[in-house]
Amino acid sequence: MIDTPAVAATHEPAWVRRIVVGVSLAFVGLFVVVPLAAVFGEALRNGIAAYGSAIIDPIALAAIKLTFVAAGIAVPLNVVFGVAASWAIARFRFPGRSILITLIDLPLAVSPVIAGMVFVLLFGKQGLLGPWLGSHGVKVIFALPGIVLATTFVTFPFVARELIPLMEAQGAEEEEAAIVLGATGWQTFVRVTLPKIKWGLLYGIVLCTARAMGEFGAVSVVSGHIRGRTNTLPLHVEILYNEYEYQAAFAVASLLAILALVSLVARRVIARRVETT
Amino acid sequence: MGYTLVYLSLMVLIPLATLVVMTAKLSPAELWQLATSDRALASYRVTFGASFIAAAINVVFGTLLAWTLVRYPFPGRSVLDAVVDIPFALPTAVSGLALTAVLAPNGWVGRFLEPLGIHAVFTPLGITLALTFIGLPFVVRTVQPVLEELEHEVEEAAAVLGATRWQTLTRVIIPTVTPALLTGFALAFARAIGEYGSVVFISGNKQYETEITPLLIMTRLEQFDYAGATALGLVMLIVSFGMLLAINGLGAWARRRAGHV
Repeated sequence: MIDTPAVAATHEPAWVRRIVVGVSLAFVGLFVVVPLAAVFGEALRNGIAAYGSAIIDPIALAAIKLTFVAAGIAVPLNVVFGVAASWAIARFRFPGRSILITLIDLPLAVSPVIAGMVFVLLFGKQGLLGPWLGSHGVKVIFALPGIVLATTFVTFPFVARELIPLMEAQGAEEEEAAIVLGATGWQTFVRVTLPKIKWGLLYGIVLCTARAMGEFGAVSVVSGHIRGRTNTLPLHVEILYNEYEYQAAFAVASLLAILALVSLVARRVIARRVETT
Repeated sequence: MGYTLVYLSLMVLIPLATLVVMTAKLSPAELWQLATSDRALASYRVTFGASFIAAAINVVFGTLLAWTLVRYPFPGRSVLDAVVDIPFALPTAVSGLALTAVLAPNGWVGRFLEPLGIHAVFTPLGITLALTFIGLPFVVRTVQPVLEELEHEVEEAAAVLGATRWQTLTRVIIPTVTPALLTGFALAFARAIGEYGSVVFISGNKQYETEITPLLIMTRLEQFDYAGATALGLVMLIVSFGMLLAINGLGAWARRRAGHV
């Protein structure tokens, strides 16, 4: 069948296909699969006991806790903002609307190092507000508030970016009907809007959480790297690596890799839901 | 509405404005000197050079991958599709660590490069490879939907009119996906120039040789040299802004073209 002219002219010969598929697989294999496998290989090099002890190390546990606390504050903040912003953008036409959309994307375009640096410039010892904060005994930089701020900044766009196109596509007829039938604004949101956007929202939350837990550059600038106190998981990986504790570094890194893989699977499951609803 | 603006201002606009305010404290001459010191210029060369090459590599292999994912059904295609997202999902510190381990002289890939005299770790090559890793999903995910929407009838029409497959590819398919290719390139490039985590492990951070601009900013901050850090930060911010505008412009161009076809 491949010999008929029409097929030959609109499809590539079998050998071209094989080469293209082969090159694609080789590229992804070498660039993505091998490094990922190496993380787990190196983590388990000294056996499962060494792996376990790297993770239940008190400093590692403190880093795990801090990572969850920072993400636990940053993600809800951005979820509330994401829903509010996409509601405003999808439902209303106002001057500066397209600028607002661009501004929401801004944290994605900015280097993580810059994201951390702006908070040092604002709240650091020689920063704009630093002296005032210092005299009031408030510590932002090299402390939890700074880590939360930097994490919130870098994960800022994720929820809004998912919801804006979704809400624009869905329109507002059902909400209008609810209001006409006497529902309050809050009832309309909880009973009509939320069920409509729940899968898109969940997708945004997964993206936001994954990034929040894995953020390195921005948090590195503001954290001060105080062991057991201001070290998140990714920073703990760096410290272990710099101290030549390779196996422990990879063990902790493998935790983050597992987290990333779980988020990836969750995203694909949710994406299928978004398509069907 | 009001809440949206207040939160946006507090979290994003005021912090970024701080950077501009801090640079305004410097005289233009000082700013220029700090932003164009030899060490800064060397870091721009490394950052932009490696980012450009990495984005170009991704345009070639990313497009090939997108084509494979859209056109060639083979066992494991959905797995390949999922794997493409890994560089985006993996925390940058983990990516950096993983690539360093693999490319180190005794690593799984490095041990084959070493006899050939190729050193990847602590060289610009390593930086380029790390930036290629993190940029890959951006090109694939930009080109893939455009290839999916490509109508088979157009290719059939070209074939009926006597075009060979190669002519159809170069004269019909590639021009159609060009806006997406450029957008993918711009996204990968924009991501690469700001990248920090995946590069610091593999680059070795040698001044003038493998020091990327984000790392130089980090060093200046650690030395409490805020003026030096802000000057470099301003340069990076302007480039990022430019890339954001370019990406939006490319998107508009692609939409206009799609409307004409």
